[in-house]
Amino acid sequence: MLMVEMCHVTFASTSEHHQLCRLEYRSRLIIKSTFIDISVIRLCFVKMACQGLAKGETIHTLKAESETLKGKLEEERAKLHDVELHQVAEKIEALGQFVMKTRRTLKGHGNKVLCMDWCRDKRRIVSSSQDGKVIVWDAYTTNKEHAVTMPCTWVMACAYAPSGCAVACGGLDNKCSVYPLSLDKNENLAAKKKSVAMHTNYLSSCSFTNSDMQILTSSGDGTCALWDVESGQLLQSFHGHSADVLSLNLAPSETGNTFVSGGCDKKANVWDMRSGQNVQSFETHESDINSVKYYPSGDAFATGSDDATCRLYDLRADREVAIYSKESIIFGASSVDFSLSGRLLFAGYNDYTINVWDVLKGTRVAILFGHENRVSTVRVSPDGTAFCSGSWDNTLRIWA
Amino acid sequence: MTIKTLSQHGVQRQQMPCLTKMERMIISMQDPDMGIKLRNQRLLITVIPHAMTGADIFEWLIKKFSISDEEALHIGQIFVKYGYIYPLKEPRNLILKVDNSPYRFQTPYYWMSTRWPASELDYAIYLAKKNIRKQGELIEYEKECYNALHKRINHTWDFVVMQAREQLRASKQRRKADRIVLECQEQAYWLVNRPPPGTLDNIDHGPERRTTNTRVQLFISFIMHPCSKKNADFYKKEIEHNRISLARNRVKSSICLESYVKYCEQYQPHDPIMQGCLPSNPWITDDIMFWNMNCETVSVPTKLRVERWSFSFMELLSDPVGRKEFLTYLEKEFSAENLCFWQACEDVRHGETSKIPGKVDEVYKQFLAPGASRWVNIDSKTMEKTLEGFKRPHRFVLDDAQMHIYFLMKKDSYPRYLKSDLYKNLLARAVVPQETKKSVLPFIHRQRHSSPSPALATQAAEDDGKTKNSNSFKSNSGTASRL
Repeated sequence: MLMVEMCHVTFASTSEHHQLCRLEYRSRLIIKSTFIDISVIRLCFVKMACQGLAKGETIHTLKAESETLKGKLEEERAKLHDVELHQVAEKIEALGQFVMKTRRTLKGHGNKVLCMDWCRDKRRIVSSSQDGKVIVWDAYTTNKEHAVTMPCTWVMACAYAPSGCAVACGGLDNKCSVYPLSLDKNENLAAKKKSVAMHTNYLSSCSFTNSDMQILTSSGDGTCALWDVESGQLLQSFHGHSADVLSLNLAPSETGNTFVSGGCDKKANVWDMRSGQNVQSFETHESDINSVKYYPSGDAFATGSDDATCRLYDLRADREVAIYSKESIIFGASSVDFSLSGRLLFAGYNDYTINVWDVLKGTRVAILFGHENRVSTVRVSPDGTAFCSGSWDNTLRIWA
Repeated sequence: MTIKTLSQHGVQRQQMPCLTKMERMIISMQDPDMGIKLRNQRLLITVIPHAMTGADIFEWLIKKFSISDEEALHIGQIFVKYGYIYPLKEPRNLILKVDNSPYRFQTPYYWMSTRWPASELDYAIYLAKKNIRKQGELIEYEKECYNALHKRINHTWDFVVMQAREQLRASKQRRKADRIVLECQEQAYWLVNRPPPGTLDNIDHGPERRTTNTRVQLFISFIMHPCSKKNADFYKKEIEHNRISLARNRVKSSICLESYVKYCEQYQPHDPIMQGCLPSNPWITDDIMFWNMNCETVSVPTKLRVERWSFSFMELLSDPVGRKEFLTYLEKEFSAENLCFWQACEDVRHGETSKIPGKVDEVYKQFLAPGASRWVNIDSKTMEKTLEGFKRPHRFVLDDAQMHIYFLMKKDSYPRYLKSDLYKNLLARAVVPQETKKSVLPFIHRQRHSSPSPALATQAAEDDGKTKNSNSFKSNSGTASRL
């Protein structure tokens, strides 16, 4: 039997710390050699917490230092904030009556639609649902072209490859798999499946980079990762979120090297794909961030959150520059996307509606009804002619 | 205090912001001055106090939030669906009717934020009460639930029946109006929390999400999950991150925000949702001319498309037609090797990992080696660094050189191209499509033609024995859109 003495304030074992500890009281933890019991686990917890502490440091001092720095950062950010977005937008003409209707309704999923993505040919889409089905449609004709049944339920992520020849998807299986699209009616798509990404929790989002060869994934295990499709190798991992990462989006920049992610820790992080570093971080939401999307110029990005607001963050000003919210909007925004010019922001909400926002003026220009359950995904087509919404009512709608 | 399990806690976390908002609204609806005017409502022969009509709720919502009819109805429906307001007439039908149907506010005791999730025991007692009152004549699904519960919690069944009897006895001693109200409240609560089959389940939610807070409850998962505990490492990283952020150069908001205004203005004519597109939006008119005229291999591009190349160098390069035109121009200037080099670098960056060493070798031979056939002019420092990297070629080994050439083209060749006759002539020749005349009978669909799948193009290439690797600028999908 091993007896360990610990100071219950700083949690360092007394052998290393007793000279500095001013308190008389010490608690004892007894470790039993034959089975693990709560006391051992608690010991590990506190040991883990204290690893890396220098002399005189405690968790509390570190936390305090971090908070002070955060405060200073907010001050710095505020210094250069000389005007609000809606003020700058005063001189622009307001948008007129906005009319958008459902032009196509895609029925065929037997359960909630969770995710969708457009093909670069501007008319095909891939969608995934709770029952494990992934369907490729020609949205224009509403014909189904391919269908795959995944071995897991809740396929929360799907993406179309840039070449149009494959789709990637994943969910509760913690993996991201790539399926090459074969036009042979007799061929079973599942046979040629390629397992690419492996996480330790559910896959929340995936996206091909500029080619079919690399995939970026985000997961409930709190990390994002970049994978090589051919070998399945992990190329880079991105650590920094302290909770589930729910969404990611690649930057449309010249150098094509960054992406943004949003998660349940209310943070939106911008990452450098090459180094794996978190280059910028924004934390102003009051609840989980469900969706992140870059403004078309790449200088800013929008987020949709469970706190029923969408926000715009500027990367050069390094701060939040707009909030899109209304008193009458109660439920969280699950998915956001910009129109081609970036003037409009389409946001799908958990109250079954889609709200259309004027990005510059900060006002809502329209509210679209039609879905009979939560809107889970909203994406504008590659040429901006329409946008597609997927919902828990098992359908997808094309609006234009 | 109820002991909350992890899943309860997790789901409630997601719902809480909405519930708090809804409750705030409900409270303001009941405000004696600004809220809805409550009065007595007659229900058959009894008079129910503190009730309102559906129309009252509807009008209050419109006035309070300055919203449209449709939106007010929508919000009203949400309140009824989540059990904050319940109907007195037709209580099983949880919808808001905008007429003089009576409704009442649910007591906070039964609010979703206080009594959620509903306990099985409570449901058993409720059904038992109903069973006794109706002498065994329960509705089908309730009967099923009752029997299932009887099996499941058989060990406490005596307690259930005893409680049911007690509660029935206590309610008999109340005034009839009060009794009806209490029964309605309870019934509404159970309709929301145990919806009949076929109706929408509001409590439905996605897979569980976890945060640091929910995990604190379970010690074991602490050790298993590395990012679950905010330990010294986590704070040290945060401190480092914040220090770097503090040192960052920031741009004034006015400059950043102006750039959005400019961007939106510049791209507005190109945004089909904002300004329509010529000849017409295929989704609206079922006419795919717009796609045909803008496909990747068209011989005469549209005016808007050619104009767009002047917005930024990236726009020019990402359009295959633009890139082709630019290449033609560079050939005239004898600097085409720059663009070819850039494309080759893209190929390395986005291609298969196994092919990287081979490709890098090719690039060196063609573009970088002294005396190469298509030698590109890179400064000595970058060249040195790149050659050093060649010893162990990786995906990003050509990045610096590629960046150098990219900016060279952007600063030099690109502006000159835009001023060149080649570009100006193309712009002059460019097509402005005619607007499609709207069909006389708009509700008759034009036939919607299908297009060849992009996957087909690769299939054909495969059959020819070529490799399957297709990058976006190899334009394999070009054949797919040619119709």
